[in-house]
Amino acid sequence: MGPVPAGVLQLLALMAALALAYRPLGDHMAKVYSSDKHWRVEKWIYKGIGANPDTEMRWTAYLRGVLAFSVVGVLFLYLLQRLQGVLPGSLGFAAIDPDQAFNTAVSFVTNTNWQSYYGEQAMGHVVQTAGLAVQNFVSAAVGIAVAVALVRGFARSRTGELGNFWADLVRGVVRILVPVAFVAAIVLVACGAIQNFSGIHEVGQFVNGHSMGGSQQWNGGAVASQEAIKELGTNGGGYFNANSAHPFENPTPLSNLFEIFLILVIPFALTRTFGLMVGSVRQGYAILATMATIWLGFTALMMWTEFAHHGPAFDIAGGAYEGKEVRFGIGGSSIFATATTLTSTGAVNSFHSSFTGLGGGITMLGMMLGEIAPGGTGSGLYGMLIMAIIAVFIAGLMVGRTPEYLGKKIGTREIKLAACYILVTPALVLVFTAFAMALPTPANSMTNSGAHGFSEILYAYTSASNNNGSAFAGLNADTQWFNTTLGLCMLLGRFVPMVFVLALAGSLAEQKPVPATAGTLRTEKPLFTGLLVGAILIITGLTYFPALALGPLAEGLAS
Amino acid sequence: MNNSVTNTARLLGAGLRALLALTLVTGVIYPLVVTGIAQGLFHNKANGSEVKADGKVVGSSLIGQQGYSLDYFQPRPANGLGENSVNTQYKLILSGATNRSGDNPELIKWVKEAQAKVVKENSVSGYTVKPSQVPADAVTSSGSGLDPDISPAYADLQVHRVAQRNDLSVAEVQKLVDEHTEGRTLGFIGEPRVNVLELNIALKELTKDT
Repeated sequence: MGPVPAGVLQLLALMAALALAYRPLGDHMAKVYSSDKHWRVEKWIYKGIGANPDTEMRWTAYLRGVLAFSVVGVLFLYLLQRLQGVLPGSLGFAAIDPDQAFNTAVSFVTNTNWQSYYGEQAMGHVVQTAGLAVQNFVSAAVGIAVAVALVRGFARSRTGELGNFWADLVRGVVRILVPVAFVAAIVLVACGAIQNFSGIHEVGQFVNGHSMGGSQQWNGGAVASQEAIKELGTNGGGYFNANSAHPFENPTPLSNLFEIFLILVIPFALTRTFGLMVGSVRQGYAILATMATIWLGFTALMMWTEFAHHGPAFDIAGGAYEGKEVRFGIGGSSIFATATTLTSTGAVNSFHSSFTGLGGGITMLGMMLGEIAPGGTGSGLYGMLIMAIIAVFIAGLMVGRTPEYLGKKIGTREIKLAACYILVTPALVLVFTAFAMALPTPANSMTNSGAHGFSEILYAYTSASNNNGSAFAGLNADTQWFNTTLGLCMLLGRFVPMVFVLALAGSLAEQKPVPATAGTLRTEKPLFTGLLVGAILIITGLTYFPALALGPLAEGLAS
Repeated sequence: MNNSVTNTARLLGAGLRALLALTLVTGVIYPLVVTGIAQGLFHNKANGSEVKADGKVVGSSLIGQQGYSLDYFQPRPANGLGENSVNTQYKLILSGATNRSGDNPELIKWVKEAQAKVVKENSVSGYTVKPSQVPADAVTSSGSGLDPDISPAYADLQVHRVAQRNDLSVAEVQKLVDEHTEGRTLGFIGEPRVNVLELNIALKELTKDT
């Protein structure tokens, strides 16, 4: 069998696995967020927090919870890094510099996991395990909580109440993320991912067979446990600099396919949770179909361009193998690259900067769509529901009738909030990219020149503002300018949209339901899926086309 | 005013307590339990899949090594590999890629040079390698710089050279390569590959016997 059919078969196997997990996981999550029972361990945690998990919150209170928890998260993680030099269990590693510590703290709390540091030389066991990995769990749970609050906004009527943030947060961690991550971590260890708390490991080197003189040093670490939640929570921050290309994080072809599965499983299954909670699983399927269409289209395009390997260096080499591992091949690398950029993950098993010009463009476009196909844990669902509101609005304009979605009127207030939501990220990406290009020093960080150099900077702001975290990693981002501005992009790109989502949820929950009539747009039908895909591609295309034309398109068309 | 300050403080306090409680669950209990099970069930794998030669640990089967002499099978290039710049009390391997784009002049130069080198080194008497025969993985750096594998095509290309330099027959060395060639998992997952360290250890065993 050639590599192309093998790649297609891997994609089919992945789809089969996702399909198998879809109903049980989606049903489970719907139960988790609808149940009125508390587990004993959860009761202990609520007692510790001093919160009553049965208190209903209006959107403002829910938002205050999200923000307070996140502010504390940033401060805690910042301090942990600044104090690393005196923390026990940190391999004697020094403290992280202030600008980098700020960038990293924001990065992990916002579910971005942009890394301007090299994991293996900078972060000791305590920061990795009790700092970074903890945010992998809780930032994912916050994302799901906000999505669930929006879904409740659709499902409830004549109330402003959206649930309890602390209960949603704790349940997401305790009942969904920890159990799945636990099983996944053991699977990864069985494949060969490391899991220990050893110090720096010095072993001999084989080199010339007889002379055992050489030695190599590598880090031990709780890698598998972090890798599992890194993918499952669509976080993406690698234990090592090479991320999921590092054999200790992603040792075999099977672990590779499994990690892609982990990235996609919650975002896809949340559409079922959504369907169940609004009382029509078919509405969930329509959203699922939209996500799956875009995901499959992007993956097919990526495989095509990477197998075709246009580009001077790849033409000479006979394949686009630069930055890719033999065990994954072109197929396994392409599937991973689209999954990681169409979600908010940003983990990489191959280096996007060395993809073909068009392949690099596909990874960027995936993020620019707003990471909604299927998107990050929670953030993918709420991002897609915002696009659904926009699509319903466009359809409403065409037939001249007040748009409605899931029995709720999309009035002036709702459409304003949705419009604000979709403006935040493009504004951040384009304004900051323009500033970085106009100023004299940021361009010094580029590794490549010309169109690809511009792409490095466009990619960085796209990745940070969309909370992805992957990079055209030739860019030296550990400068005060990039640490600071990318940190700001991550913060604003995460929390400003959340404000609009929760405000929208509150406004929807207060409405009384509109009965469906013959004139209601049937949002569970394929026609709507088509409209939604079109709306997403056109809105993003128009926003980013000029920037993409200067970068990846120019590079792709030239080769 | 006072009231809102108190409320904010109370809220931040709740956030801090929530974070500490969840840190205990996900940052202490979870990794320790996983470590306990991993160490119990998969001791060797959890500690880095070390391999031994002559009773000494000579590396990890998962981590590719650089610097073999031409008597041995060569790994992929690793132009993105680095050494640590902070915490220099250690000499750590810094995993990484070159991040050069397909039209980058430096990458074009590296690929050309690597191809010429592979052709020259592996063209031995009675066996000539053409540039078009050199597979892509032989002239490009991997994502991690630690790729433990090469493609079977690249291993096959090196058989004549390795046989000649070790006074072995081509058939013997080819047999060794075939034995160390791992196909796709379940026939379709990943790509066929040859683990360079394991192959070279086996080669050394073979030369010891003769």
